[in-house]
Amino acid sequence: MPVFPAEFADLEEFADWSLATEAQRYAQRLSSSMAELQAFYDAAFPRLEEILASLDRCELKDLSEQSTRLLWLTYSLVNVSFPVEVWRQPRVPDSGAAAMDVVVEPAI
Amino acid sequence: MAHFEKPAEGSWTEHYPELGTGPVSYEDSISPEHYELERKAIFAKTWLNVGRVEQLPRAGSYFTRELAAAGTSVVLVRGADAQVRAFHNICRHRGNKLVWNDYPRDEVSGTCRQFTCKYHGWRYDLQGECTFVQQEPEFFDLDKTQYGLVPVQCEVWEGFVWVNVDPDNTVSVADYLGPLGAGLVGYPFDKMTQVYKYRAQVGSNWKLFIDAFAEFYHAPVLHARQAVADESRKLQGIGYEALAYKVEGPHGMVSSWGGMAPPKDINIVKPIEQKLRSGLFGPWDRPDIEGLDPLPPGLNPAGSRSWGIDSFVFFPNFMLLVWAPGWYLTYHYWPTSFHTHIFEGTLYFVPPQNATERVRQELAAVTFKEYSLQDGNTLEATQMMLESRAVTTFPLNDQEILLRQLHMTARQYVDAYQNDLGIPFTPASVPAVS
Repeated sequence: MPVFPAEFADLEEFADWSLATEAQRYAQRLSSSMAELQAFYDAAFPRLEEILASLDRCELKDLSEQSTRLLWLTYSLVNVSFPVEVWRQPRVPDSGAAAMDVVVEPAI
Repeated sequence: MAHFEKPAEGSWTEHYPELGTGPVSYEDSISPEHYELERKAIFAKTWLNVGRVEQLPRAGSYFTRELAAAGTSVVLVRGADAQVRAFHNICRHRGNKLVWNDYPRDEVSGTCRQFTCKYHGWRYDLQGECTFVQQEPEFFDLDKTQYGLVPVQCEVWEGFVWVNVDPDNTVSVADYLGPLGAGLVGYPFDKMTQVYKYRAQVGSNWKLFIDAFAEFYHAPVLHARQAVADESRKLQGIGYEALAYKVEGPHGMVSSWGGMAPPKDINIVKPIEQKLRSGLFGPWDRPDIEGLDPLPPGLNPAGSRSWGIDSFVFFPNFMLLVWAPGWYLTYHYWPTSFHTHIFEGTLYFVPPQNATERVRQELAAVTFKEYSLQDGNTLEATQMMLESRAVTTFPLNDQEILLRQLHMTARQYVDAYQNDLGIPFTPASVPAVS
């Protein structure tokens, strides 16, 4: 059973980035290598406009299960854009042991 | 050379002569004794913002707040009469904490018909009245009406919920917030209900994190890598100047330009910002709601066309940031000791209509976290070295005027408290300048 809508079958290999919470996304970012982050980014970033065009066809609350999983994937793309585009490392530089936890986030 | 006009006195700081211009002592941030005085003089006396009315949507909705600095835990609840009330979170029988789950020190929220103490089952209604005592005849002349929850002063201002644990307080929230608060009345806070809230344990005095967020002088340096390399060098060369500052009683504000939403040249921001039209300053396109044009008179006081953000520092520990693209952010700094505090950053957006708007907000929220992690860790490094006392006073520039005001105000509250007790100024009442 594919995780994403059929037109995004090429992203299935990155389905483990389709995560519901910021805590999961951030943890996966920190436990990934830069090569892994880059590979995900290189696959998903060029599809971003098509993903959003597809998801925008219905209201957020009416998204199908597969579309919701695709939306989660874009949240992960946003999260890894910092290591890939700016930091060149998974962690925020000089952030050491500092942590900032999400205690409230949108349901979808 | 100034890029933006300053007051006739030549600087923002000298426009408010009570602030002085000399180096400032940071003894107030490294002394355990001084912190104990701040708890009594400030956190047990002033209005404290504890949240928003949207957290209490219906009768029976409640949440607790741990106010370590004020020495209590409070429970906020919406009554059957729709009124929002606050109570000390303590059972009148034998002092057990009334509302908590699993971990006594953790904050909780939910909806209930009444509060029931876990210990002996005493019950209280949503208005705080004691309604049930287990084995009541075993007690001696017990009059339940005398055993309601202990109220805490509570007010709602523009949808923000405030408490003041000083029962003798006679000042309303609106009066306490003064002209800076009045200038915000009418902003559509109530339409911005899509919430992201972050929390961090920070290894510094509470005032040091306010210092960090009450000046943007650090931004071109500490956050240099947030912009592309050429732009970053240019920004550092220019430095930072605000559009305007205001000091009103214990509160202050800084108004700042914000050329990044959208940027003049799209190539200065990183690729995902270009593609999503969003970033640190929020989604570039304003939501289509009423109340953003015209803005309330307290916003963009310089009337600048390049206005980007206004940051309000409401003493002691609440900051409110209103961004030009139509969203807002709050900061809370909850002291837990003289050199630790809990930081909360909460972002409020108009609920997104579609996936594109939702992902734009996600980028703004993620960007906020990346910046704040840098800020937070820097503070622990600052606290550590301040505590060495190798250097005790520090020069503050004109763009750091709100820091000067914050530390002065905090010292004044402590001095006034000691005065009221008849205690002469001691080394704990820290000198303002060297």
